[in-house]
Amino acid sequence: MNDPVIEIENVLFSRNGQTVLQNVNLTVEKGNFTALIGPNGGGKTTLIRLMVGLLKPDQGTVRVLGKPPAQVAKRLGYVPQNLDDNERFPISVFDVVLMGRLKTFRRWPRYSRADKEAARKALEQMEMWAFRNRHIGQLSGGQRQRVMIARALATDPEILFLDEPTASVDTKHQSEFYEILKALNSSATIVIVCHELMMINAYVKSVACVNRCVHYHDHAEVTEEMIDMYQCPVELVAHGLPHRVLRAHDGGGGADR
Amino acid sequence: MIEALGYEFMRNALAAGLLASLTCGIIGSLVVVNRIVFISGGIAHAAYGGIGMAIYLGIPFIAGALGFSMLTALIMAAVTLRARHRSDTIIGVLWAVGMAVGVVFTDLTPGYNVDLMSYLFGSILAVPQSDLWIMLAMSGAILIITVLFYHDFLAMSYDEDFARLRGVPVTFFHFLLLGMIAVSVVMIIRVVGLILVIALLTIPPYISEKYVPTLSRMMILSTLLSTVFTVGGLWLSYTFNLTSGAMIILVGGVAFFLSIFFDYGRSAIRARKRAG
Repeated sequence: MNDPVIEIENVLFSRNGQTVLQNVNLTVEKGNFTALIGPNGGGKTTLIRLMVGLLKPDQGTVRVLGKPPAQVAKRLGYVPQNLDDNERFPISVFDVVLMGRLKTFRRWPRYSRADKEAARKALEQMEMWAFRNRHIGQLSGGQRQRVMIARALATDPEILFLDEPTASVDTKHQSEFYEILKALNSSATIVIVCHELMMINAYVKSVACVNRCVHYHDHAEVTEEMIDMYQCPVELVAHGLPHRVLRAHDGGGGADR
Repeated sequence: MIEALGYEFMRNALAAGLLASLTCGIIGSLVVVNRIVFISGGIAHAAYGGIGMAIYLGIPFIAGALGFSMLTALIMAAVTLRARHRSDTIIGVLWAVGMAVGVVFTDLTPGYNVDLMSYLFGSILAVPQSDLWIMLAMSGAILIITVLFYHDFLAMSYDEDFARLRGVPVTFFHFLLLGMIAVSVVMIIRVVGLILVIALLTIPPYISEKYVPTLSRMMILSTLLSTVFTVGGLWLSYTFNLTSGAMIILVGGVAFFLSIFFDYGRSAIRARKRAG
């Protein structure tokens, strides 16, 4: 279990002269299930994009599976935040998932039987196989999100990165969704941006607070101190009803923000 | 129309129109789904610089226009690589500078007496046999490249980040796409002129997008629609002795508004059914 798959050392990243992340040190071990929490604009998405190699740090090093992330990108699964602005794009559900098997400059046929089988398995796993011929724009936000996850699963990833995957999934389906992730976690390391405290407590193995810097906690505990210090907005949701599990603050902010 | 085909210029016009339709269907679809209509407009208008140069140097129109629009396309590809939807100003400048270069070169040409209108609004009735062969080679190349790399273009257009992760050389395909746009633009200038290029490039894919679920079918339907517009426009222009490029675009425009009315009517009927 002590095999590190993500090693981030002294990373600085800035955009248009603004520092987004600084002094970031983070090690994620194989088989971990890490939640990234933090305020909006705190750099969670940037951190994920650094880890999959879509961004390069200004300073410091990011190594994934022992190599620079761009070299191992094909072994990573990535579920971006949302693609809602692209819902009119003419593409079917099955074609979106097949994209997870894409290899450029391969001879015909571009997708082998094994690729189609992998896409089918991924869709079945996300219970979206029945929708395979639908146009992507005909799906609801939650269904589309499942397709995006199926696409990431079709790549057969060693590490799965998910950027707020449950943003458009209703509460009832959330636990179902986390059960699926839990099952996947037996074969893949998972890094997820999420805000739901109940899910963090129930499924996640470690938590990293991201707010310009990163503070890593190697157990799935969200303490009041973390919420205070790093202004992590954590939604406390159970059975569809938000309720307070942490003591209220004098200022009235904090936990049930 | 049938007896019109007895004339060689009419047969050539029809062939040029069909080749341009194929290119329009394929490239227009990619332009629309990638939302780079403005870039394509810039390439088309900047091509005028090449036309002016060709007139000045006395070289064939296709060589000048292709060279210049290719150059503009490469510059635009480099500029738009990082922020594909946010390079309006630079595209606008290249657009205008290209046209200005064309005007100055035609000014400098001694005894200049070329029909400017034919480049602005097309000269499909004056396509020589030699140009047809070049157009055939161009549209053939575009068809082959698109078939070979269809899935890469699809992935890049739908989700560039994901395509990058899968190892698709997105930068290379971005340059390739803009290069193919430059080639198509030069072909379409022949048919409808550089002012109307954007219309023929975008109207068919825009209509198709609403009725088909995949990019490949969008390309096929767009090609069919362009063919109908081109042949229909050509027939009207022959029958009523009107400018062919403008007639082709007007047929497309009528179809465009018809499809909007059709959609409006369809959703109104559905709404009534639901209510009743």
